[in-house]
Amino acid sequence: MKYLPLIWAALFRRKPRTVFTLLSVLAAFLLFGLLDSVRSAFMHAGEGIPGADRLVTNGKIRFGLPLPRSLQADIEGVPGVVKASYGSFFRGTYRDPKNAVPIEAYEEHYLDLYPEWFIAADHREAFRKTRTGALAGEILAKKYNWKVGDRIPLQTNMTQMDGSDTWTFDLVGIYRIDNPNLKMMEGILYMNWEYLDEGRQSGKGTVEWFTIQVVSLKQADPISRAIDAISANSDHETKTQSEMALYAEWFRRFADVGLIVGSIMGAVFFTLVLLTGNVMAQAVRERISEMAILKTIGFTARNVMGLVLGESILLLLLGAVLGLALATAAVAGVRLRLGPTVPMSPVAGTIWLRGLILASIIGLSVGAMPALRGMRLRIVDALSGR
Amino acid sequence: MNLIEIRNLSKVYERGVQRVEALHHVNLDITKDDFVALMGPSGSGKTTLLNLIGGLDSPTDGSITINGSRIDRLGESALAKWRASNVGFVFQFYNLLPMLSAQKNVELPLLLTNLSSAHRKRNAGIALELVGLGDRAAHKPGELSGGQQQRVAIARAIVSDPAILVCDEPTGDLDRQSAVDVLTLLQQLNRNHGKTIIMVTHDPKAAEYANHTVHLDKGSLVEAGEVLA
Repeated sequence: MKYLPLIWAALFRRKPRTVFTLLSVLAAFLLFGLLDSVRSAFMHAGEGIPGADRLVTNGKIRFGLPLPRSLQADIEGVPGVVKASYGSFFRGTYRDPKNAVPIEAYEEHYLDLYPEWFIAADHREAFRKTRTGALAGEILAKKYNWKVGDRIPLQTNMTQMDGSDTWTFDLVGIYRIDNPNLKMMEGILYMNWEYLDEGRQSGKGTVEWFTIQVVSLKQADPISRAIDAISANSDHETKTQSEMALYAEWFRRFADVGLIVGSIMGAVFFTLVLLTGNVMAQAVRERISEMAILKTIGFTARNVMGLVLGESILLLLLGAVLGLALATAAVAGVRLRLGPTVPMSPVAGTIWLRGLILASIIGLSVGAMPALRGMRLRIVDALSGR
Repeated sequence: MNLIEIRNLSKVYERGVQRVEALHHVNLDITKDDFVALMGPSGSGKTTLLNLIGGLDSPTDGSITINGSRIDRLGESALAKWRASNVGFVFQFYNLLPMLSAQKNVELPLLLTNLSSAHRKRNAGIALELVGLGDRAAHKPGELSGGQQQRVAIARAIVSDPAILVCDEPTGDLDRQSAVDVLTLLQQLNRNHGKTIIMVTHDPKAAEYANHTVHLDKGSLVEAGEVLA
């Protein structure tokens, strides 16, 4: 600690250069904090997902390919299946193209399969009885200040029979999901599948997925095989798996987010290493005679090496702390404003720890060569300018 | 009593294929509390000898015994520790760290000790008072005159109370009055505080402040035109 004032003074010897370098480090770690927050959100999104006794059947090639609704009866005929229901998805916007509203259309009994989602009995009944009825998640309703009884027109990517893309819904209820990992799903609007199918211009009689309740997930494999065998060699081959496996598959795709984030951060930090490495090398080059003086008055080669490494680590840590603090505030601000629909974890201790370790490693790497130079310098040569 | 005993000291520099013998079998004794001026033309080996006495460089041959210790046998790290507690250095161009205040510059050698921050500050204050710059402690080198900077450098050299001060052209960059002030200060440190001082100078007037003068020419000690063994 007694060397800290010396390291600090050396670091800010050329203030503009240090400030600009610090800003670069800050920007890199701000980006790190934000991206790691997103990556962390995706990585942990699948934790604690219920649905141990549910299977999902969807298009074999990809999720979202249309499947005939008539498969429901065939699926329900498979031994071990208790109940099957279906749904479809399309996109809407509210008033402004920026205000996205995902819409899922469910068959009448679909919500029976999700007892863990809280919907008041009267809202549920109203949804069942009202063809144009819709249920909004708490987050969605809060976001657009919707209340039960509101009539909500949404612009969509689903054309109606009359050529209009605007679908109008009567908000009959609000639903809530208590699982924090699924909270972001409160951003979806539920509608009746019949209303969708009667109103849409194309794709009639098709659904995008079936959700299936089975007697026991232990029989999931034979049941899945039996369900997929129904459509084998057809133009709508299916893939059936447990809901948890489906989530796991999605999260594997989210892992690609981790890869993308990692690649971006790799490029950012590589640039940072070059930048700060150059700054440190320059700073040490300018101070060769000062280091010679330190050695002259008794600082050992190891002391000098420590001072240079301390300087580069301090530079990186300072920038990292400022950048991560800014990221923490920014993520908190975004989450406060947009709620949990936004896939960002709070910039927690683990992200800070990762960031600070990374900063120390970069500090050590960029300081190593200049430190070695400072350590090896010969006093008489340095003092005579050789 | 000899504080410094130099025997058959030689120093050869090799610059590429060129071989330069900077010192050639030098023998010299310097007693405790002495103030010696090293004089000679450029390239005569004065600074080389000073660097060897100060433990900044190692001889090619011969021995340097200071206060009973063979410093020519010390490794780099041991030599650094020896310098920290036995020698103070004063250079022609002051060599203060520009980003530190006078106080912090003087405290630098004390960072290598176990003294507390308060103790270091107090000792640095005393050293600055001793050189007459107690009121300039907070000033950075750039805010001080050349003479004042050199006095800060002297305060830094004496703050850890070394027995020896080695001074390389300490007045070479100063005006006449500042030079007189610095030389008077060095003389006081020698006479009143018992510092053994070895000073390289080109200036005969500066040399007059020393107790005696040693001349070097072409790497050998000379006196009145004669080469000494």
